[in-house]
Amino acid sequence: MIRYTAIRLVEIAAILVLLSFIVYALIGLMPGDPIDLMRSSDPRMSAADAARLKALYGLDQPLLLRYAGWARQALAGDLGYSRLFSVPVWGALLPRLGNSLMLMLPSFVLAFALALGLGTAAARRPGSRLDAAVNLFCFAGISLPTFWLALILILVFAAGLGWLPASGIATAGINDAADRLRHLVLPVATLTLVSAASYTRYVRAAMREALAQDHIRTARAKGASEARVVLHHALRSALVPVTTILALSFGGLVSGALVTETMFGYPGMGKLIFDAVMGNDYNLALAALLLAAAVTMAANLAADLAYAWLDPRVSYR
Amino acid sequence: MKAPLFLLLAIAAASFAAPLVGAVAGIDPNMVDLLDRLSGPSLMHPLGTDELGRDVLVRLLGGGRVSLVIGVAAALAAAALGTLVGLAAGYLGGWTDRVLMRGTDAIIALPLLPLLIVLAALDLHKLGLPERVIQSDEISVIRIVALAVLVGWTTAARLVRGATLVTRNRDFVRAARSLGAGVPHILWLHILPNVLGPLIVATTLSVGDVILFESVLSFLGLGVQPPLSSWGSMLSNAQELIATAPMLAVYPGLLIFLTVVACNLLGDRLQQRVDPAAASRRWSTKKNRRAERGGERAPGPL
Repeated sequence: MIRYTAIRLVEIAAILVLLSFIVYALIGLMPGDPIDLMRSSDPRMSAADAARLKALYGLDQPLLLRYAGWARQALAGDLGYSRLFSVPVWGALLPRLGNSLMLMLPSFVLAFALALGLGTAAARRPGSRLDAAVNLFCFAGISLPTFWLALILILVFAAGLGWLPASGIATAGINDAADRLRHLVLPVATLTLVSAASYTRYVRAAMREALAQDHIRTARAKGASEARVVLHHALRSALVPVTTILALSFGGLVSGALVTETMFGYPGMGKLIFDAVMGNDYNLALAALLLAAAVTMAANLAADLAYAWLDPRVSYR
Repeated sequence: MKAPLFLLLAIAAASFAAPLVGAVAGIDPNMVDLLDRLSGPSLMHPLGTDELGRDVLVRLLGGGRVSLVIGVAAALAAAALGTLVGLAAGYLGGWTDRVLMRGTDAIIALPLLPLLIVLAALDLHKLGLPERVIQSDEISVIRIVALAVLVGWTTAARLVRGATLVTRNRDFVRAARSLGAGVPHILWLHILPNVLGPLIVATTLSVGDVILFESVLSFLGLGVQPPLSSWGSMLSNAQELIATAPMLAVYPGLLIFLTVVACNLLGDRLQQRVDPAAASRRWSTKKNRRAERGGERAPGPL
């Protein structure tokens, strides 16, 4: 197990290095160049000035050398300066990370609660009307464009009924928790509905498998109440695969939810990465992308380890 | 099986017949009529007109053509690429297998949307593509298909690899080999037919995924560019007019939804026909090893 974990960690590190280089090279292929942008906004800047600036920032050097320079600094903990926000990269990253967690964590918890309830209820009576309804909900949820759902929610609850704010993170000038909560309702609802649909399918499948096992029949034969059979006996074994999915989804906490954030004007990690990429903010884009990739891969590893830990029959060489 | 298939065929037929219908009715989807903007449903324009006075129904159907072409082309291309990789990995085994499958694992483990944004925003001039290609109307479509293939091939690769591993030492394959059959012959005639069913299912399911993916890219302004339009790009245009003309946003979304639901249902039903056991497994994670997770990506919120 330790050997397995070590190999996986080395693999993750290797992928991160490779990825950082690929992304570094790709960002160089994006339209626009920071110095050219400066030049176009400042008519007094001459070609010589531009060349001098390029030399100053090392932009005239070959790609590999530039990458090596960036990597050396990054390893020393210096991720550079964000051009877009005019602060060090960490200064731009951390508040967004906090915002993203505030958005993703409640949606994550709610979606799972919903999925556990619906999935279990549907699995108890396969083929029933309830099962069909849950199935419909799942299919609808996985087939719905997220931004369309968001749009409809905005149309109904913000534009139509006027109950909730349509965008932003807080009303300007007001700084209390209730206001921030009100701003969270619609984005959280969107994310919850969309992800609950796919989680429910997993829970339903796992529960059905669990309920078909012999020890469930034994428990029923011993006269255990239905609630005890479902909640104590079946749910426990069904939770093993479900935990895997839970861990796998964890990466999303850091990479954010770009579409939902864009729809609701919510300043989270997804929007940050998008803006950094679009705005030619090399340092920020690289750091944010690598952070998201690292957390996602770590979550994948955690999922695999959790699986082996929860189910003793599974072992990794 | 019949209902989703029928729905899909109806949407496809309507989309591809749209230019004909438009021509017969004398409606050009790109005809601007500034005096007749954002009008409600009428005999001339059954679903009204958009912000430039263009007929919404004809544009919707034309957009459907682009969305469907992207979905089908990308799904097929991804299946083809994945099949090649899967056959190579499964049949050759050894290092080829290890390298290819590690690569597949790595792609599955990455947070894809942010990376795709980088790829979607690349400056094609800096890639050295000829000007004629960059300036063509279809370049945005080709770009989306390429991106979707880049993400989508892993499912097919895993499926095909798994089936190849199982099949390659079966008696009929060994018999063929001992009779002197070449590798391409064995792969094409003896191994591929055994995986065709699940492959078709996966491809059907991925058509829906690609259409959703296209709509997300278009929504972010990285998708289909004018003069072409797709459901995704119509939807993102309509967003600015959400207060004045909400229906402009509702229609394309509804069509995306219906198409994707139909694809998903069709794929599910097909799966029940092809492999009833796998159908119930599709959403379960009761597979002990990561390598056997079947290329299933964690349900990432968008």
